[in-house]
Amino acid sequence: MAKFESLSVARWIDRGFYRLTAAFAVGIAGILVWILVTLFQTAYPAIAKFGLGFLFSSRWSVQEEIFGALPLIYGTVVSALVALAIAVPIGVGIAVFLTEDFLPAQIRTPIAFVIELLAAVPSVVYGLWAIVVFIPFVKPVLELVHQVLGWIPLFGSAPTNVGLMYTSLILAIMISPTIIAISRDSLVSLPPQLRQGALALGATRWETILKVLLPASLSGIVGAVMLALGRALGETMVAAMLIGSKNAISASLFAPGQTIASMIANQFGEATGLQRASLLYAGLILMLITLAVNVLAELIISRFQQVEH
Amino acid sequence: MQNMQSSTSRTSTNAIADQAVALRAENVSVYYGAFQAVRNVFLDVPKNQVTAFIGPSGCGKSTLLRCFNRLNDLVASARVDGKISFQGRDLYARDMDPVEVRRRIGMVFQKPNPFPKSIYDNIAFGARINGFRGNMDELVERSLRSAALWDEVKDKLNQSGLALSGGQQQRLCIARTIAIEPEVILMDEPCSALDPVSTLRVEELMHSLKEQFTMVIVTHNMQQAARVSDMTAFFNAEAGEGGSRFGYLVEYNKTQDIFSSPQQQETHDYVSGRFG
Repeated sequence: MAKFESLSVARWIDRGFYRLTAAFAVGIAGILVWILVTLFQTAYPAIAKFGLGFLFSSRWSVQEEIFGALPLIYGTVVSALVALAIAVPIGVGIAVFLTEDFLPAQIRTPIAFVIELLAAVPSVVYGLWAIVVFIPFVKPVLELVHQVLGWIPLFGSAPTNVGLMYTSLILAIMISPTIIAISRDSLVSLPPQLRQGALALGATRWETILKVLLPASLSGIVGAVMLALGRALGETMVAAMLIGSKNAISASLFAPGQTIASMIANQFGEATGLQRASLLYAGLILMLITLAVNVLAELIISRFQQVEH
Repeated sequence: MQNMQSSTSRTSTNAIADQAVALRAENVSVYYGAFQAVRNVFLDVPKNQVTAFIGPSGCGKSTLLRCFNRLNDLVASARVDGKISFQGRDLYARDMDPVEVRRRIGMVFQKPNPFPKSIYDNIAFGARINGFRGNMDELVERSLRSAALWDEVKDKLNQSGLALSGGQQQRLCIARTIAIEPEVILMDEPCSALDPVSTLRVEELMHSLKEQFTMVIVTHNMQQAARVSDMTAFFNAEAGEGGSRFGYLVEYNKTQDIFSSPQQQETHDYVSGRFG
């Protein structure tokens, strides 16, 4: 009899645990919806006044109470995409380098560990390091690029001590560990038979890597890239410190700019009324962009996984 | 002791004329670090025949097989002593490119390992990297037909190779090996992950392929060796100094002789099912 009693206790605990975790799971989704609703409500005055025109207007004038987010959206998306353009090839390259037998395992493991530690550096520290060390070091290089390739609009302005390019470069360093770590995990988890199969067909090491291993781990790599993109889009501190807070769209990557996150960080403390609502509207847009990126990532990953299995 | 045995097998294989030899192992020993996995093997693999390597686990038969296409190069600690030659050329010569070796000596693995690509691309991959310039559709069809898989997959060439059953996957792997037109196909326990019906189909395939290819198959299954092979090499393992086991060739002869009138007591015990 006692046996059955303990069984019913176990069942009771089981059921309780199930309900608790179910509540948490629903709660997470609930918080997401709640944040969206609150953002929408607090941003509503600006939404009502400017509508979708907010997305396409470049004026941000506190005195006139006219607000438009186009330069912020531009700065957010472009700085993140430039960061990706730099970090993806380097990050995936390092991931390949750390998984294939280019290095002895005794060196590989500590390097991978240190790279993952990079993810633990606070963004404000990255910002300070950029101002004190990185920008003085990189600025002459950008000046050279401007002199030689200045006829290309992307490099059309002389670099100053702030700018979108510095933000992108630091963002690239910040998101690389994510790309490296997840790409590396997905490369490591490939069955060794895949590599052997390719080599046994007379593929060289690089043919094996480029045509078999990387395509096979594409879902993981795309996932890593999307996560990194999400981080780059939302990164606040680095953008606020380095981008120059200039509310304008410039074709040149060396010019100062503004992102949604840096704008909010700079202005929200003193903002009231319509300005405050406009900042929240911009925040809502940022959230929708990152949500879209994440949903897209999920779709891409599941699409690739269908091919793989 | 086993040196003597090796030399007996040496004499038995000397009967094969040199032109008819595809692969020749002369006094081959394989080491992983300080550990000797295979000791002093002499063996000639005849052209356009099926040669089977049988023996208990740990006897080094797969290890030796992987030396024939230099796949053991992937193991950093692996080292090959002695000489392995392919059509008279030393496979481990300094100027021998392992990639070239693997293009001419294909391999099918124990576990089917199609690429996570479409059936079509699984076949086309090897041809593409080898600079194939002919009609790819035709090559894919021909390879799949040779592997007796065409009728089952002709309507779904764009589907993932991983969507096939285990037996189909293995035939796909054979097809992609055929597609690069190697001279030799090495098979490392190709049926051990397959059900009996699939096994039978792969065995039939081996029969039909030996006109074109020299085949070496490692198998745990003695009946399989008896069914598919022309020559059989029996390997055994023995505890060496310090308790580590090493593999060696006990006897190598026509399959019929190995199973009906083995020269060595060990072979006799193994094929009659007394151990292993």
